[in-house]
This record gives sequence, C-alpha cells and structure tokens, in this order.
Amino acid sequence: MRVLVPVKRVVDYNVKIRIKSDQSGVDIAGLKMSMNPFDEIATEEAIRLKERGIATEIVAVSMGDAKCQETLRTALAMGADRAILVETAVELQPLAVAKLLKAIVAREQPSLVLMGKQAIDDDSNQTAQMLAGLLGWPQATFASKIEIADGAATVAREVDEGIERIRVRLPAVVSVDLRLNEPRYASLPNIMKAKKKPLDTLTPEALGVDPTPRLDYVRVEEPPKRKAGVKVASVQELVAKLKTEAGVI
Amino acid sequence: MTVFVPPLPEIRFVLREIAGIERLATLPGLAHATPDLLDAALEEAGKFAAEVLAPLNAVGDRHGAVLENGVVRTAPGFKEAYRTFREGGWTGVVFPEAYGGQDLPWTFNTALADLWNAANMTFEICPLLTRGAVEAILHHGSEAQKRLYATRLISGEWTAAMCLTEPQAGTDLGALRTRAEPRDGHWRLFGQKIFITFGDHDMAENIVHLVLARLPDAPPGTKGISLFIVPKYLPGPDGRPGPRNDWRVLKLEHKVGIHASPTCVIAYGEEEGAVGFLLGEPHRGLACMFTMMNNARLAVGHEGLGLSERAFQAALAWARTRIQGRIDGRPAPILAFPDVRRMLVRMRAQIAAMRALCYWTGSFVDRAARAADPAERRRAADRVALLTPVVKAWCTDLAQEVTHGAIQVHGGMGFVEETGVAQHWRDARILPIYEGTNGIQAIDLVGRKLAMADGRLPWDLVDELRADLDTVPGELRLSLRQGLERFEAATRYVQGASEEHKGAAAAAYLRLFGHTLGAFLLARGARAAAAGATGGEAWPGLARFWCAHLLPETLGLLASVSAGAEGLDPALLDERASTVPIS
Repeated sequence: MRVLVPVKRVVDYNVKIRIKSDQSGVDIAGLKMSMNPFDEIATEEAIRLKERGIATEIVAVSMGDAKCQETLRTALAMGADRAILVETAVELQPLAVAKLLKAIVAREQPSLVLMGKQAIDDDSNQTAQMLAGLLGWPQATFASKIEIADGAATVAREVDEGIERIRVRLPAVVSVDLRLNEPRYASLPNIMKAKKKPLDTLTPEALGVDPTPRLDYVRVEEPPKRKAGVKVASVQELVAKLKTEAGVI
Repeated sequence: MTVFVPPLPEIRFVLREIAGIERLATLPGLAHATPDLLDAALEEAGKFAAEVLAPLNAVGDRHGAVLENGVVRTAPGFKEAYRTFREGGWTGVVFPEAYGGQDLPWTFNTALADLWNAANMTFEICPLLTRGAVEAILHHGSEAQKRLYATRLISGEWTAAMCLTEPQAGTDLGALRTRAEPRDGHWRLFGQKIFITFGDHDMAENIVHLVLARLPDAPPGTKGISLFIVPKYLPGPDGRPGPRNDWRVLKLEHKVGIHASPTCVIAYGEEEGAVGFLLGEPHRGLACMFTMMNNARLAVGHEGLGLSERAFQAALAWARTRIQGRIDGRPAPILAFPDVRRMLVRMRAQIAAMRALCYWTGSFVDRAARAADPAERRRAADRVALLTPVVKAWCTDLAQEVTHGAIQVHGGMGFVEETGVAQHWRDARILPIYEGTNGIQAIDLVGRKLAMADGRLPWDLVDELRADLDTVPGELRLSLRQGLERFEAATRYVQGASEEHKGAAAAAYLRLFGHTLGAFLLARGARAAAAGATGGEAWPGLARFWCAHLLPETLGLLASVSAGAEGLDPALLDERASTVPIS
C-alpha cells in the first residue's frame, strides 16, 4: 500500500511573526521555516504504518518554491521513501493545492493520503476536504487514531463532543490531529541517507493544473491587543457585566 | 529553569566563515559533508538539544546522580534522553563508517558539542569521554579491540570512562600505584581510582574503563604506565556483556556543580582482580591516554563555550523583561542601562570569540587527520598542538566570567537557585580544573608548545595574522596591529625566559594569546559580514567592542608577562604558612 503525505513548508512555530507594513500579508523574509507540525504527525503516522508492515511505500509531496526541498528532505530523513516537489512561484491556496494533489494522486495511485488537518500559517483546514471531494474519495478528518485493516481505515476523530469513530474504505483521505502521535527526531544516519533518496520536481503546468489564486487578500491585521481585565466582587456583578457589558449572555 | 534557543544562524556563520567548513568538504573522505547535509543535521540536533536535553539540565542539577546499593542511577529522564541521543546517531558523528560512524568532520562535531553543552553540559560529558576512548582505541587498539569495543562505543550501546587519577596521583600521574598482574593469561588489576566521571551509570548496557596501571616490571614514573581496557561486564565471544568484572563504585563525590555527572571512586580488584586487556604497548599507556586527553581538552573548551551561551541567553532574557528605574521618565528594562548592556555585550563578544576559536581549531583537527599532503597534515597538527591549551584554558576561564556575569545581570535573583542561572556558574567551576588544570595548560603552552619545532609555531601564527591586517575592516587595523605587536613581544619574552619566569608568566601569556587571537577571529568575521555573509550581522560591532574593551587588556597582560616572577617571593608565603594550622 502506497501512502501519499503532503507536507507544507511554513514559518516555524517558535517564530513570532510580523505583519508587513502595507498590510498585504505576513513578512516571512529571513524567518526560520520548518515542516508544518501537523504534517510531521502525518509523516510519522505513515512511517509507523510502514514499520507495522501495512504501508509499503511513503511518498512525500510539497509545493512552492525550490526551498520546499528542505521540507521534503526532512520527511525523507524521518523515513519517507521518495519525494515530489511541485515547483511554482505562484501563491498556492487550498483549492489549488487540492487540485495539484489530485493530479499527483492520479500519477501515484496511493491507497491513502495522510495529511495534516491544517497548516499553522493560514489555518485553513480545507485542503484535505477539498481533495477528498475532488477525488470522490471518503474522508476522515482530525484523526487521533488510525487503524487499517481489510481495505478500510477505522479512524477516531476529535470532534467537539469527544471522539467519533468512523470507518472509511480505501482509498481515502485522512487528515490528522495533534494527539495522533509524537513525531520522531530524524537520526543522523537517516539525514545522510535522505540525501540519496529520489526527489522529483514537477510543475503545475506539467500536471495540467492552473494554480492561480481565486481569493484576494484585502488586508492582514494583527489581532487587537488584549485589554486589561477587572476584578469583580461577586458572582452577581460578574453575571451583570456579562449581560450588559460583554453582551454574551 | 533557563530556556535555550539554539543559536543556529551564528553557528552556521562561524562554521562557514571562520572554520571554512565548505573547504573541508574537499578533504579526502569528506565529500559527503556538504553544506545542505550539515545544515539539515544541525537543524535536527538543535531541535533535540532544545526540546529534550535542555529541559533536563535543571532536573539533573536538582536530582543528581545517586549511588544506591552499589548501583549508580542517573537523574530522571537521562536514561531515556541518552537512548534517543544514541538512536539519533549522535555518538558516532566523526568516526569511520567501517566501525559504524558517520565520518563527518570534527569541526562539525564541535558545532554539535556547542549545542549539546549549551542544552545540557552534564549530559554531554558522557558521550564526550566515550569519543575520547574511541579515539584511543582506534589509534592504539588491535583490530579485534576496534571491532569489539570501538564499534559499540561508536553506536553508543556502551559508554567509556577514563581512569587516571588516584588519591596521591592527580596532575602527577607518575605517582600512580594501580597495578596489573598476569594471572591465567589475563591481566588482573588492583587499586583505587578517584574522580572517574560517568564511571558507572544506568544509561548503557556496558561501561568500558580505560585504566592506567603499572605492570610488575614497570620502570618508575611516567615511563612505566600501561593502559588497560577494563569493561564492567566481560564480553562473551559474541560480544554480549557477560560476567561482572571485579570493580565496584565505592562512592560518588558531592560536588559544587555538574550534579548529574556521577563522579566515582572506584575499587579495582577487591577479590580476584579486575580483568583488563592491554591497549597499545606495555609502558606506553600515557601516550595512548594522551590521544584521549588532547581530544578531551578541546572538548572541555567546548563545554566552556556551550555553558557561556546558555548563561548569556538567560541573562539577556532577564535583562529584557526586568523593569527597574526609569529612562526619560518611563519605566525601563535593565537592558537599557549602559552598565548592564556592557556586561551583556561583553558576554556576547566573548562567546563569539570562543566559538570562532573552537571551530577554527576544529578545522585544523580535520586537516591534520585528512589532508592529502603530509606537510599540510603536519602543519595542521602543529597548529592543533599550539591551540589546544588555549582552547581549553582560555575558553574555560572566559566561561567563569560569562557565567559570573549572567548572575550579576540577574542581581539578587541570580543568587537564588530558582532562576536556574546559578547552576551554569556552579557547573562552569569544574572546567578550569579537570582535563589538566588551566595552570597546567598554561605551562604546556609556554613550556612545550612554544618550544616545539624550534619555537616556530607561534611565529607561523603571527605571520598568518599579520596578513589579515590588509583585509580586515579598516577601523580595526590599528588596534589589531598594536595587539599583534604585544603578542610578539610577549612571545619573545616567554621563549627566552628562564623556567622560573616562564612558569610565572604562563597564565598571563595564555590569556594574552587568547585575547589577541580572539580579536583577529572576530575581525575575520567582521570582514565576512561586511562582504555580505549571513548570520554574522553582529560581528563588525562585536569586533569593534573587542578592540575597544578586551584587546586593551593585553597592555596590562604584556606588562605582567614581562615581569616574569618579579615579586613572587616564596618568603611572602613562608612567613604566613608557618602560622596556618594544618588540618
């Protein structure tokens, strides 16, 4: 069974980002970039499936400029078998990514697409769902446990009410949540081996996909600064404030 | 607990611009050490250091290693961290692939050690000593010993300890008494060793001691010392640990710092004698041990660097958030005050200079081991010999200043253990002592290293540095030229001085050496940054600061060096010594 793992290069989660002065977006120049943490979890899960003898090959795919190779090398160092870079200078939005992934799926014929539920830069949480829709495949999102047997995946999903268990037949798209696993550290020997693993480069044109953005950014703003709180003397006062000032009850 | 953020941009800058890591990849056998590979490895090492090792640092300090019913246990979390470290392949970075290593440059391992030491110096001591033992076995061991011991030490399944010191034989190893007797085709060892770092612990399935001892026919003094491999469990024919060898931990020392490192008193041969396997030639043990020691001396310099980085980060974080007093009527963080800034910039400059010196020296270690041209190998080995005492003593002396400064920046809260910054200062205190005290390093520098090759080594360095004067940023040149002249004057004095004057001038000369070299290495960084190299943006400023505030110290140091033993009148102590009660 082949598993496709899309991995996104994002600003490292430790970095405090800043908005560009013209409010056109986030200033990422010179910032430390890493693999989207949810995608790391997806990669780890794919490797565990391979270690259990369920998956036979793991293909990591990333999209964007040539620097995404670093992210792919990270996936290869963790244990992916080969990698595909879809190289483009165009800003990629979730629908474009989903279309490109659909084209990759057509080439690679994976039984499972395992991906992060969202990327920590735009927090869209759309690509997996769009991809499943475009492919006409079942989807299981927010996975915190995945079991694969008899051509189907049993997935524990993290939903507001608790854990929902569903069973989807393969091929399927599964998006993973934070508690699914704890990604491993790549070992030095594997980092060295990763350099020798195959990494193919494709373009949106070669895949027959037009990645032009469909959404325009109007303005990017920092969230308003938190105001200082007040101490209330009693529950009654709290309830009154929630009613009159906050207007939430 | 103090936080730790791996300073990867500066580490990469120094690797590239000071140590010339890209040129090292052209040395035979290093073609695979490409910049992108090393970058990826540094990234992962930084993550592991910050996420796993750094949080354990304070745990190790509070809990320490303990001896219970004869078993040494490391602090909670150390065992698991060591397993991850070992599985990560970080124990075999520099060693030949044929024995399971990754065959990467020592220079690169210096950068890794920088990270490990900053994150958790006490943890790193164990892999550090093991690397030294591997060096000794690879250089002096039989093929069978390499296969049996080196491979397992490289994989990290086993760790090693170096066992030199005895109660009466510290710096003077000629005085040691541990004896090896031939019995039933084996050597059996009897004696007691002290200060055996990670001599026993629970992180590995076997622990290999390299023990200095005397054969029955040994001549007295240092010419009669042999080196033995004395494993905790005797390996069976399949290499699996077998019967327990006859040595035992009597106690762990209660120390000022590095609490997580078990410092063992070990008794060999309380019963039938501890089985030992001779490593190298009989009576040539000290030469074998020095393979390990030279390596370890550089590594202790790296400990000074790493600890300083960690302490600096803590001090900087504190100074940015601690609001005291007002500037222009507004509450200000203490960072805004010139005196606090002075301390922090000084620390940062010292760390940059140490990092430059350590990595630069590493590049000569690699050239000495791998250069195709034998003459280049010899020149590089000479440079390593010259710089080793400077790396060890200068970096660890500066680590005292930096960790002291970090407490000072914290004020009263620095003296309270809760902030965690005092631990770095306590941990740093051992560095000028172990692996040859800094006094011994200074004597090694002025006595042996300045005399090697007809006294040529420091002058080769002077020639190289003088050539820099034409290319470094113009604003630094006058200071550097004057600094270099003082270094030359001091070197001339020391090379011509009597033993008494030399010994008295040694410490000041070593500091002058480091301060001068530090200035030139910072200036090289400033030159690279001016040419657009990334990661070294601060270096022009650090170099200016150094030339303004640290290099001038060499004025006073030159005066002190040139005064030799002036005023070191033994009578000054004799008169009081007779009144001091002997405890």
